[in-house]
Amino acid sequence: MLQKEGKVRIPSGCAISGVFAKDGRRIPGDLVARSMTTMHERSNGLGGGFAGYGIYPEYKDLYALHVFYDGSDAKAECEKFLDSHFEVVNLSKIPTRKTPAIKDPPLIWRYFVTPIHNKLKDSHLDEKEFVARCVINLNHNYKGTYVFSSGKNMGVFKAVGYPEDVGEFYRLDEYAGYCWTAHGRYPTNTPGWWGGAHPFAMLDYSIVHNGEISSYDANRRYIEMFGYHCDLLTDTEVITYIFDYLLRKQGATLEQAAHIVAAPFWSTIERKQGREREELKYLRNAFSGMLITGPFSIILGFEGGMMALNDRLKLRSMVVGEKDRTVYVASEECAIRMMEPDVENVYAPRGGEPVIVRLHEGVKC
Amino acid sequence: MAINYIYPEFEVVRNADRCTACRVCALQCANGVHTYADGVMISDERKCVACHRCVALCPTRALKIVKSDHTFRPNGNWSGQAIEEIYRQAETGGVLLSSMGNPTSLPVYWDKILINASQVTNPPIDPLREPMETRVFLGKKPNGMRRNPDGTLDTRMSPQLELKVPILFSAMSYGSISYNAHASLAQAAAELGTYYNTGEGGLHEDFYQYGANTIVQVASGRFGVHPDYLEAGAAIEIKMGQGAKPGIGGHLPGAKISEDVSETRMIPQGTDAISPAPHHDIYSIEDLRQLVYSLKEATAYRKPIIVKVAAVHNIAAIASGIARSGADVIAIDGFRGGTGAAPTRVRDNVGIPIELALAAVDQRLRDEGIRNEVSLVIGGSVRNSADVVKAVALGADAVYIGTSALIALGCHLCRSCQTGLCNWGIATQRPDLVKRLDPDVGRQRLVNLVSAWNHEIQELMGGMGINSIESMRGNRLMLRGVGLNQTELDIFGIKHAGA
Repeated sequence: MLQKEGKVRIPSGCAISGVFAKDGRRIPGDLVARSMTTMHERSNGLGGGFAGYGIYPEYKDLYALHVFYDGSDAKAECEKFLDSHFEVVNLSKIPTRKTPAIKDPPLIWRYFVTPIHNKLKDSHLDEKEFVARCVINLNHNYKGTYVFSSGKNMGVFKAVGYPEDVGEFYRLDEYAGYCWTAHGRYPTNTPGWWGGAHPFAMLDYSIVHNGEISSYDANRRYIEMFGYHCDLLTDTEVITYIFDYLLRKQGATLEQAAHIVAAPFWSTIERKQGREREELKYLRNAFSGMLITGPFSIILGFEGGMMALNDRLKLRSMVVGEKDRTVYVASEECAIRMMEPDVENVYAPRGGEPVIVRLHEGVKC
Repeated sequence: MAINYIYPEFEVVRNADRCTACRVCALQCANGVHTYADGVMISDERKCVACHRCVALCPTRALKIVKSDHTFRPNGNWSGQAIEEIYRQAETGGVLLSSMGNPTSLPVYWDKILINASQVTNPPIDPLREPMETRVFLGKKPNGMRRNPDGTLDTRMSPQLELKVPILFSAMSYGSISYNAHASLAQAAAELGTYYNTGEGGLHEDFYQYGANTIVQVASGRFGVHPDYLEAGAAIEIKMGQGAKPGIGGHLPGAKISEDVSETRMIPQGTDAISPAPHHDIYSIEDLRQLVYSLKEATAYRKPIIVKVAAVHNIAAIASGIARSGADVIAIDGFRGGTGAAPTRVRDNVGIPIELALAAVDQRLRDEGIRNEVSLVIGGSVRNSADVVKAVALGADAVYIGTSALIALGCHLCRSCQTGLCNWGIATQRPDLVKRLDPDVGRQRLVNLVSAWNHEIQELMGGMGINSIESMRGNRLMLRGVGLNQTELDIFGIKHAGA
């Protein structure tokens, strides 16, 4: 029998794309979807998805849970859990458009929630940790339920299909946000369900990723020591957890996280001086279980910012460009030109060199 | 005269057409196999241990050693060896002694595990063109980031050992092996950027200069332990057990306690050096903690403390206890590990394979979330670079090699170390034999061996698309089993080939 992703590890090639408005201007979701059409050949129709930031301004203080259900029993079980842990302020089916290319959708629901005050207080956890644990619990223990988006004022939309069809299916033209990332997947065999598509998200962190990391099991077995369960057996999942752990739980800066995940070579570190050298050596030695090797280009989305990063050998293509107050990232330059024909300063970041963009100071989204 | 029940195991075949009766063989054989009489060489094969010294030195290649085809009536239960061991014990009433690692045909799991390589979905990496990093740090790693009051990263760490290659030379005492063998190991460790280990024999004053590449051992006999010794090394290893003889101590016969060895061990010349089975100040895990911290106090917390144990049945729980005892590194020695002398029955029947012990320990430490508390070094028959790669992928930070290093120095695994008559100048204290091992040659051969292995490790890593050894550590998805049953696969945490 063909196994569902999570029971079996499936290598993938991919295309990624991202756009970020530093002035907080709201960009419609179909722009990034269009950028993916030029990279059609980099996907094979077995997975596509998007993450949008700043898309739910009317609910920006609530966690937006996007959930796939295998059936109504799973939904009932999950909602029982949600009702006992969260105030559900709004719930609805995620609006979709019938698209011939997107087949056999699961039930797709969205909940805007906030933790029940007493429940949160009794847990002695901070709010984000409480939500993260609830999401991990649902995904790990509730059969037929899969929470694939759980951040505030952001959302993930993904499916089995080509990315442009997925964008059509989810009516992305009806959403607008200051940041969008996109992913087209080329898995070597079928993921069997929609949960395997990218982006992969945890709270407001989302990852789109192109590559197959060779360090996967070393990273998985390391991060699982800290309470994460890698249920999907995908690179993207483990990368997301690593960033969640470093950025949210350890308070690392993006640069520090990048210097762990795509650590400089020892020979490079030895050429540095003083404090910088000491810090690089410390980060690499102390957190070596999170060093990722093998090809990857990723775009990490988070509240108020975006980071693009290549593996240290730069085994995957990735280019960056700018125009006015907008930054573009993609696997291929053509995807950027699709979004902004007059893009400027196009360059290929070096392996391991993080490209970090944030909203201008004072911009509220 | 009593009847001799035992026929020699080997035959010395001497080609009379080639032999010039030059007597080199007679001069070289400390066992006294060869003698010259009336113009011809004759052999006393009872004394032959198949060490091949005479074969290697014979200028006309007139000699070879073959296994005797003399046989008992074949018996599937009573092997010739089993029968002869009874003859031996019936004659002497003694415990059978052996040397080097367990030679029996129990499973070698390294040979049932295969390594992955990249095809299509990600690229293999060519170590000749791209950086391929094998540097390893041993010691505690922090469980999270700490910050200074000003918000900057607190980069202080527990003391670490830095290795340029993931290979260290394991503990072999001065006494069990020779001065020149130690000199070779010490110099090679320094040149390679790794460490050798004094074993329980103290540190000869001539070798203090290699202290930065030396691990000093504290074992149950406490031989040669004093403040300068502890200070001299880069790390201190508490030896709780040894893979070749778990549960028992050591016994270096008085004949090997030369003047130099006596000084280094701080015991009288000619007396037997007996290490007790337990440390008499460690009868439980809380006592180990006290010794770990005593040694840390004695060296101002500047040196990592290694705790070495033999791989025994409950090794995962034992390792977990050690990780909580303040140790910085756990060294586990498997049942194939070498020895200068051990009771045969212990060597061949006590302990478990290092591959299984390693897999169980690494997983247990992760399950308990304390893998960062310690580094894991394993030994007990790492025979080649593929064994190193498999060990690291199962979860080891680095490996100890002992037997492989001795073989590089010329050891032929004749397994007769306990006689002290090593014709290769390794496991002996007889000056005329020791001088056969030239430390300069020995150093170079060790450096060659480890460098060659490191190249091979880089090739294997590159094939997997991994360019840094830490990304291979515990990366069990890179391994598959062949011919292993489900229980074995479960313990290794790997899938069967094809799955």
